[in-house]
Amino acid sequence: MDAAAGNSSATDRVSDRSLHIRNLRKEYRAGEPVLRDVSLTLDGRGLTAIIGPSGTGKSTLVRCINRLVEPTAGEIHFRGQDLVRLSGRELRLARRRIGMIFQEYNLVERLSVIENVLCGRLGYVPVWRAWLRKFTPTDIERAFELLDAVGLGGFATQRADQLSGGQRQRVGIARALMQEPDLLLADEPTSSLDPKTSVEIMELIARRADASDIPAIVNIHNVELARRYADRIIGMSKGEIVFDGPPDKLEDSHLLAIYGGEGWLE
Amino acid sequence: MSDVPLPARTRRDAFPPNWPARIGLALLALYVVYASTILDVTWARFLTGLEQGSRFLARMFPPNMAADKLALLYSGMSESLQIAIIATAIGVLLSLPLGLAAARNLAPPPLAWASRALIVAFRTFHPVIVAILFVKAVGFGALAGMLALVVASLGFLSKLVAEAVEEMSMKPVEAVRATGASFLAVVIMAVLPQVMARFIGFSAYQLDSNLRNSALVGLVGGGGIGATLFTAFQRFDYDFVLTIVLAIIAVVMVGEVVSGFMRRLFQ
Amino acid sequence: MATPTTGPRQWHRFSVSERIMRSAFYLMALIAIVWSIRSIEIIPEFLYDAPQQTVDLFARMWPIDWAWYPKVVHAALLETLHTATLGTILAVIVASLVALMVARNITRSTLLNGIGHFILVATRSVHAMVWALFFVAVFGPGALAGTLAIAVHSIGFTGKFLSEAIEEAKPGPIEALTAAGASPLAILLKGYWPQVKPAFLAIAAFRWDINVRESAVLGLVGGGGLGMALDTAMSNLYWDQAGLVLLVIFVIVIAVEIVTAWIRGRII
Repeated sequence: MDAAAGNSSATDRVSDRSLHIRNLRKEYRAGEPVLRDVSLTLDGRGLTAIIGPSGTGKSTLVRCINRLVEPTAGEIHFRGQDLVRLSGRELRLARRRIGMIFQEYNLVERLSVIENVLCGRLGYVPVWRAWLRKFTPTDIERAFELLDAVGLGGFATQRADQLSGGQRQRVGIARALMQEPDLLLADEPTSSLDPKTSVEIMELIARRADASDIPAIVNIHNVELARRYADRIIGMSKGEIVFDGPPDKLEDSHLLAIYGGEGWLE
Repeated sequence: MSDVPLPARTRRDAFPPNWPARIGLALLALYVVYASTILDVTWARFLTGLEQGSRFLARMFPPNMAADKLALLYSGMSESLQIAIIATAIGVLLSLPLGLAAARNLAPPPLAWASRALIVAFRTFHPVIVAILFVKAVGFGALAGMLALVVASLGFLSKLVAEAVEEMSMKPVEAVRATGASFLAVVIMAVLPQVMARFIGFSAYQLDSNLRNSALVGLVGGGGIGATLFTAFQRFDYDFVLTIVLAIIAVVMVGEVVSGFMRRLFQ
Repeated sequence: MATPTTGPRQWHRFSVSERIMRSAFYLMALIAIVWSIRSIEIIPEFLYDAPQQTVDLFARMWPIDWAWYPKVVHAALLETLHTATLGTILAVIVASLVALMVARNITRSTLLNGIGHFILVATRSVHAMVWALFFVAVFGPGALAGTLAIAVHSIGFTGKFLSEAIEEAKPGPIEALTAAGASPLAILLKGYWPQVKPAFLAIAAFRWDINVRESAVLGLVGGGGLGMALDTAMSNLYWDQAGLVLLVIFVIVIAVEIVTAWIRGRII
């Protein structure tokens, strides 16, 4: 189904970006599953937020999709393939279609902003281009455009470690978008940011994903942000899904089931 | 604020004597006396030696600058330089893959342990011993010297590369992997930028070290200025010895300038 | 409405001047390497033969002559260890003095700095084995020559690192002590020494580690210790004895590394 690596992304873009997760199970230690046979279908549109307390498996779920975490059992169907079964080159080809944004930005600190963004093309270009940093003019222009789009127009040649947290996350977003992905994953993208910047980042993710028609799965623990930006909310508790629906259907009783405890609710 | 004076008995000493340190120093002094006796390192011998030594130094000055000696010096130093340059180049090139293979956070465990064992084997023996072994194996000359220095370079550089890789942050590695990059691309874009600055420093030091050691391996048959030096000693050509030593010092100093330059250029 | 397009934006990792410098460096390195390869006298047959010969050599070392250990090797081992330790102690003492001379925050005179610097460069450029040749010619073969060779050679490195540590000392405590009217000796002991102590011990331990390795080979030129045992064995072509000495060297080097690591953990 996929053309050889190095082809432009246009030839392997598929219109169906739905994601089917079936009976996903993950045990970091035998007998103690963090994900208990989770099944989920996302229909390839809009922003889905996953909420729930720490340790409940939200991060594990998101990371199983692009196999940064190896599932113990289950299936994840995306673009006609079971992602869990892939390995080697096929896995790499699948990963380049999935962009990820990390809680701690995960930039290469010593490289410049634009080099970090260009990392998004590594799944598409031959190694020598990375080694010599000779990317095609098209790629470079696109990198500049993305930097403009995330509001970092003049920062291309600055070293990544000179940026603030919010700015670094923007670079992370640009990097993910540089892959021209069919799916955007975000693992607690705002947890290291202050409240104002968190809103800006969520706004950016939502807008860019919408503009390019890319479905996004965002793992987030701020319920208000989830309500504000998500089209669909999935609440997890102890490795299982306990709520699944649009934000306006999310009631206090659901939040109680997800998070437990009374005191934090107004 | 009370000004009742404290009774002298209960006043604590502000600077109590540091007993562990004092005992340590005493033991050290005792050891020096003990070891000196065992090794027959006596003051008397030292004094006789000084007198001998000053006669020596007199024979060394002025350094011999005769044309035939300079020609010998030139050919010897050239060979040493060649040995050092090639050994450093090969060492630098091979130490990156070997060091990466020995990094426990990147390489699969069997490969990591095997690589580490290899590096330890390379490091344990002095370049001179390795040179002797190579001379026995491949004969006298520059090849043995060069191989010995390659082994020494690999031992030193690969260990440092492995340590640097194990200390780096895995987060950018994770992120670059997630973009679908191949292993090589991950190394180039996420690992090397974190490690390169230190690697350049190590390589510069290794060039330095090889320049110094290349003069050495000749002492045992590995080619280069060492052989010339050894012959000069045996023939009692002490003024030529001085010339050679001065030449070595000069080359090492130039080498240090070059490596300082290299460091600033690439970091 | 036609706005003139300037074409796609460009990005280059290095500025033009940086690229020129880097290319120049690569070019010179390439020239150096090519010159070296072309001029060096390596007989290709020997190169191809090398692996086979190396294996052959190791085969001749087995089985190891264990009996030789108590007879000769044990004493040689002790001699090597004492040479290394005594040599390091002497070097550290002298190097501290030279380091004080070189450190710019202690000695202002550029002349003294320069002299100290030259001493450091000269002593470390000349390898311990070359010093050993010299001292053997002066004092005769044996551990005295070896110890002095180790000591003199180590002055260079130890002094360099020590002077760097001294220069990195924070001026704050020094200023405080000077303002309080402390004597220069007191400033050294109470102002500089506490700051330099961890680096001092680390450097001393590191140098001792290396010196054990160096001492083991000095005997090859007459400096006593395991090197002499090795030399004897090889001259007689008793490879099984040579193998024993190599094994002992291997073990002692690893042991010393472990000890140094322990010292570093406990004391520094």
